Amino acid sequence: MRDFGVYVHVPFCAVRCGYCDFNTYAPGEGEFSSRDDYVGAALGEMAQARAAMAGDLRPARTVFFGGGTPTMLDPAALVAMLEGVRDTWGLAPDAEVTTEANPDSVTAASLSTLASAGFTRVSFGMQSAVPHVLATLERTHRPQNVALAVRWAREAGLAVSLDLIYGTPGESLDDWRASLDAAIALEPDHVSAYALVIEPGTRMGRQLRAGQIEAVDLDTQADMYEAADARLRDAGYSWYEVSNWARTPEQACRHNVAYWTSQDWWGIGPGAHSYLGPRIGADGAERGAERWWNVKLPRVYAARVAAGTSPEAEREPLTAADLALESVMLRLRLAQGMPVMDLPDPRAEAIAALVGDGVLDGRAALSGTLRLTVRGRLLADAAVRALT
Amino acid sequence: MTPDPRIEPAATAPELIRNFCIIAHIDHGKSTLADRMLGITGVLEARLQKAQYLDRMDIERERGITIKSQAVRMPWEVDGTAHALNMIDTPGHVDFTYEVSRSLAACEGAILLVDAAQGIEAQTLANLYLAMENDLVIIPVLNKIDLPSADPERYAAELAQLIGCDEEDVLRVSGKTGEGVEALLDRVVRDIPAPVGDASAPTRAMIFDSVYDTYRGVVTYVRVVDGSLKPREKIAMMSTLATHDLLEIGVISPEPKPTKGLGVGEVGYLITGVKDVRLSKVGDTVTQAHNRAQQSLGGYRDPKPMVYSGLFPLDGSDFPVLRDALDKLQLNDASLVYEPESSVALGFGFRCGYLGLLHLEIVRDRLEREFGLDLISTAPNVVYEVEMEDGKVVTVTNPSEFPGGKISQVREPVVKASILVPSEFIGTVMDLCQERRGQMGTMNYLSETRVEMHYTLPLAEVVFDFFDQLKSRTKGYGSLDYEPAGDQAADLVKVDILLQGEPVDAFSAVVHKDAAYSYGLSMVTKLKDLIDRQQFEVPIQAAIGARVIARETIRAIRKDVLAKCYGGDISRKRKLLEKQKAGKKRMKNIGSVEVPPEAFIAALSTSDDGSDKGKKK
Repeated sequence: MRDFGVYVHVPFCAVRCGYCDFNTYAPGEGEFSSRDDYVGAALGEMAQARAAMAGDLRPARTVFFGGGTPTMLDPAALVAMLEGVRDTWGLAPDAEVTTEANPDSVTAASLSTLASAGFTRVSFGMQSAVPHVLATLERTHRPQNVALAVRWAREAGLAVSLDLIYGTPGESLDDWRASLDAAIALEPDHVSAYALVIEPGTRMGRQLRAGQIEAVDLDTQADMYEAADARLRDAGYSWYEVSNWARTPEQACRHNVAYWTSQDWWGIGPGAHSYLGPRIGADGAERGAERWWNVKLPRVYAARVAAGTSPEAEREPLTAADLALESVMLRLRLAQGMPVMDLPDPRAEAIAALVGDGVLDGRAALSGTLRLTVRGRLLADAAVRALT
Repeated sequence: MTPDPRIEPAATAPELIRNFCIIAHIDHGKSTLADRMLGITGVLEARLQKAQYLDRMDIERERGITIKSQAVRMPWEVDGTAHALNMIDTPGHVDFTYEVSRSLAACEGAILLVDAAQGIEAQTLANLYLAMENDLVIIPVLNKIDLPSADPERYAAELAQLIGCDEEDVLRVSGKTGEGVEALLDRVVRDIPAPVGDASAPTRAMIFDSVYDTYRGVVTYVRVVDGSLKPREKIAMMSTLATHDLLEIGVISPEPKPTKGLGVGEVGYLITGVKDVRLSKVGDTVTQAHNRAQQSLGGYRDPKPMVYSGLFPLDGSDFPVLRDALDKLQLNDASLVYEPESSVALGFGFRCGYLGLLHLEIVRDRLEREFGLDLISTAPNVVYEVEMEDGKVVTVTNPSEFPGGKISQVREPVVKASILVPSEFIGTVMDLCQERRGQMGTMNYLSETRVEMHYTLPLAEVVFDFFDQLKSRTKGYGSLDYEPAGDQAADLVKVDILLQGEPVDAFSAVVHKDAAYSYGLSMVTKLKDLIDRQQFEVPIQAAIGARVIARETIRAIRKDVLAKCYGGDISRKRKLLEKQKAGKKRMKNIGSVEVPPEAFIAALSTSDDGSDKGKKK
């Protein structure tokens, strides 16, 4: 039986950062009008979800509020939506409930409210501790606010994760080490470190095209990744996914692990993606695996839900081949790796070549497990292409 | 216009016939003038006039060049006497010198057509000399006199000096407006001699063109010299003695019109039902099978490829399509030769021989356009004769087959080039020809400001972006013509390009010893930028035999992973991977190095933009 989780997308931000291509809206971006009604719309979609999943009695084992900046909403709004999840599906007793947060948009009181309502975890968008890097990223928080936010979260009893970004134009390896050290000094339970991807449609994408900024080359990005892995390892963190480290296995983000192991989830909110694997519906009919995603604009989303129609924009039925490829693509990123026999078409020579190139751990491969080396983590996509 | 019985085909007295061609540079308005003549003589009704009627093929229309010549018969009355004028269209490009020579041999006179705003160009000059050698009467004409930039005085003087006539004898016309065209037609009748032949002798007719038509098979254009040709006769080709039934004979005016035959001095077409132009060779002599002529008309020669290049389908599974396409093209192009070739780097393809660079481009264009093929063509090369120390001689048409071992001498083809430039560029041209191992010959001033420079150049240097360089260094004013002029011994070596120690056959080149290092360096540098980083380090080397002369290294890739992969990214990321996997399938593998086909195309192109060589000379 697959686990079930809920993702709630909060598509609001105080400002849009230059690198951001997420489905989120800053004031003045024209789609903010329904912010007040947002909770109502989300609860409306939950009611639709309950009907669609009639007969499916699995409680949510994980809930994740992402964005956007969920903490742009009042804590009461977040609590109301968590209550909605509880009423709709029920929450497993040990459920992990995370919200993303901007260090500037929380207070001791707001975090305490969230904790009392059942939130267990907060993930702060720290990104960097270096002012010029934050400025390039157009992040508004002051570095010292992060420490404060972390302290408040701890006092409220929340587990803390810090999100970092490396490879920002103008960021040096030393800048990055400084950010890592600053993050480690705050003793979070969990750290995510993502290489900055400059998408063509973003402000940074345009600056890059215009030659106003220069992308950090792949070799330096690789150096930065290796520096992160080494520093975090020395500080007692272990990688459990390419871009994620936790102090103990229990402190891994279970919600994200559920994505990587193809568990089921319902995504609430504009632009949110949902996935349900192969199943038997309440009517007894077999249904194949499918993924769907909602309309992106909050106003359109709210109008659809208010009218009692599904906010779904598009649905993608997934074939066995799709699922097999996704499974390799996702599981290979995990420290636990995956059994050779789970490959759709295991080929000894492809595995041997990857071991030879130092991408796959040779000893693990001999015992039938595909596990990436440090070098291999940086070449995970190439490994997936070679193995599928 | 009522047909005059005295100029009926097959019954026209030779003295009423005039056979002429138009010698002109590419954009000097030959087709417009020809169309205008068809209009004025009533052959082509105005409403039927398609722009540039005579250039039939699309490629010709697009590039504004005439590849296949045709002959049109037009009536024209002078002093109350109707005459039959045969206008024979000639290809205007250096690659087709032989075809031009056969067209000229079918005529008694030529109109030398020159743009009144530009003056004469090198190829026109070359063809003019060819016409003068053939004792053709030349009528000098300046065209486009309606253009504001026309400078007829200046160019009339130039033409007069060239052909040794008075400036007043240079006609001034506008094909566009029709001005002066009637006077030109009168001059054709008055100045150009009527053909002379022996009507009672065994038939001899010269083939000056043959064209493949999907519906009719091969259409052969001939000029009757002696005797006559009649429908339903059996004819023989004198070079092969092959016989054919004459299914149809006629004249073009401007559509094919069957006639009762063709007599002395007449020009027309034959249809025999053969399907392959190689059975109807340009320059060959047609005679009657039952009454063969003793001696063929002179001047025939087999087309000889001057430039070779490999053609490979981008998608290896298209090989049979390419083979069929070449077979079909050859029906219409007797000078195209090819044989299967297999390349380690590029798979199965064909090594093709061409008359020159334009011919190469035209063939490639037609294969891509008419047969929907995506092709990689290797850098064009010439034919080398390699003499080994043991006396054995190896003919090399593919650089990768250049022999190793003890070589006593390598011979390469050379050409006599004639370059026409404004005199201010003399130094520039001398520098360029010097770089390209040219030997300077004579230099003639056509006028105070224009010079014709003669050089002997290795053909290999000419096929390697010489014309592009000439054009760019002379601000577009330089023009070039060349003709084969034997061969010479030269200090040539083969440079191999190795990826991870594996030679890439498609990149091997035969170059002069002094240019080997710069060739090697430019290739390894280009490839370093063109080949994606692999999971391992890839050395790229240029080597002469075992001696490495240049080296670059593609460092191993260290990062090939998307940082984030969460719920909302999964579909997008899967599709990205599928796309990358599809891209991987297109890769050509050299050993374990994956090389994108685009890298081959880019590395094999000589100019920066990878195209536009040899067009529109």
